[in-house]
Amino acid sequence: MRIHPRYIQRGAVAILGSATLLTILILIFIIFFVLEKGLPVISLHFLTDNPEDMGKAGGIFPTLIGTILLPLLALIIASPLGIFTSVYLSEFTKENNVTKIIRFGTDCLAGIPSIIFGLFGYIFFVVTLGFGWSILSGGLTLAVMVLPTIIRTSEEAIRAVPKSYREVSFSLGASRWQTVKKVILPNALPGIVTGVMLSIGRSIGETAAVIFTAGSSLRIPTSVFDSTRTMAVHFYILAREGISAENAYGTAATLIIAVLLVNLSAYWLMNRFIAKRN
Amino acid sequence: MNSKFQIQNLNFYFNSEKVLKEINLEIPANKILGIIGPSGSGKTTFLRSLNRMNDFEITSRIEGKILLDGKDIYNSDFDVVALRKKVGMVFAMPVALPMSIYENVVYGPKLDGINDKNKLSELVEKSLSAAYLWDEVKDRLKTSGMRLSGGQQQRLCLARVLAMEPDVILLDEPCSGLDPISTAKIEDALAQLKKEYTIILVTNNTKQAARVADNTAFFLMGEMIEVGVTKQIFTSPQKSETNDYITGRFG
Ligand SMILES: Nc1ncnc2c1ncn2[C@@H]1O[C@H](COP(=O)(O)OP(=O)(O)OP(=O)(O)O)[C@@H](O)[C@H]1O
Ligand SMILES: [Mg+2]
Repeated sequence: MRIHPRYIQRGAVAILGSATLLTILILIFIIFFVLEKGLPVISLHFLTDNPEDMGKAGGIFPTLIGTILLPLLALIIASPLGIFTSVYLSEFTKENNVTKIIRFGTDCLAGIPSIIFGLFGYIFFVVTLGFGWSILSGGLTLAVMVLPTIIRTSEEAIRAVPKSYREVSFSLGASRWQTVKKVILPNALPGIVTGVMLSIGRSIGETAAVIFTAGSSLRIPTSVFDSTRTMAVHFYILAREGISAENAYGTAATLIIAVLLVNLSAYWLMNRFIAKRN
Repeated sequence: MNSKFQIQNLNFYFNSEKVLKEINLEIPANKILGIIGPSGSGKTTFLRSLNRMNDFEITSRIEGKILLDGKDIYNSDFDVVALRKKVGMVFAMPVALPMSIYENVVYGPKLDGINDKNKLSELVEKSLSAAYLWDEVKDRLKTSGMRLSGGQQQRLCLARVLAMEPDVILLDEPCSGLDPISTAKIEDALAQLKKEYTIILVTNNTKQAARVADNTAFFLMGEMIEVGVTKQIFTSPQKSETNDYITGRFG
């Protein structure tokens, strides 16, 4: 018996639709679960007070600082490196075995568990280079961790720029570099920014790579060589050591809101940029 | 004869496929050379070898010589960027860069370091007028070039090339997909432009070649079968293939 295409289509739409619904429900459930327990804890005092008694009481102010500084440092280091690398790979090299190996390497790096980066950061930045448990060690480790993602997403964005734009630019007497500057980067920018923002989102919530390299000091840092504690690490310690479930949820809720804010502002920025171009 | 291009024993390959075969051709300055021939006969490939746009095709290989004003453009010390400034090209598919009409036109001049606002505005008006587009866009130069219609984009591409003030203009089917009025506008523009430029016009429309070209070359399966004064090609061609093609008897 032959099933009418209309029914097959209906079946397909039903499966696709339920998958989407399930995904959204899971997301909403997680966020709702954390916010429900955490939001009541959040207050101005919670955000601006120093923790007392290992975090049992008081606020999370120092961890806010740590959470801003580490990803910021990672961003400053990794985005130029990553973007330059991807431009070089996609525009200034011919596709050959070397570029294939580099690409394969970055793909592998992107899949390595973050705790391995933590271990590497500990051995290399903390011990060998003698940076100690510090913002610098943590930021560098995060930078190394997100670099492959930034390279790959930027490369995808650059490849998505139509070949015809390149041809037109070259035919009008532009050099490769002028073409990159005037046509390729402006058109790839939304995609590049998305990749960078996703990486930042990932590094804001990173725990394993940070705890080994930036430590977990609750003091407010005064230089990049001071240890610091991020919200993610704070949450981990509060929950694991059973210090305070309440404050753990408060921290988690703050973290989720922070990530949400970063993504929303990235989205807003990108839309503005695209609107301005057209 | 005052030739702009001299093409000597040109062979061109994609991978191992020979796409252009033993082409010998002199292209006179300040004339329009029409190139006609069926689809796949190598017209675009030939055109793109004149400003080295084929360099980007990694599987391609070229043999023979192409001299521009007596100098071999495939010589290793020939400046490719300077070549493309001298030999402008309008592609078969019109592509407006994703920027304003104004920015599209000044793209080339700005690369040359021209930044004076007055000079640029002057160039924009001059080039758009010469491409018969000025009246249609003069009030919206700041809007995106991508919002123009296909025919307008085609003329924008021509204006963009004119703004570079090249010596030679290569046109790849500039009127495919255009209505008769836009086509007439472009043909008018070309008739004016040949006073200052050498024009090479690839066209699928033999009547267009008959109307605007001074000389016409007929390509077939990678070979240049015949070249001559347009009138002679269309009234008394030397080769039977040419005759078959222009009379539409070709398979
Ligand atoms: N990038 C490429 N890679 C491989 N082969 C190609 C490439 N471009 C063109 N060819 C081949 O070269 C031959 C000539 O193509 P070309 O585009 O020059 O023809 P044309 O005369 O311009 O045809 P049309 O009138 O359809 O535009 C064709 O056989 C085509 O398949
Ligand atoms: Mg063609």
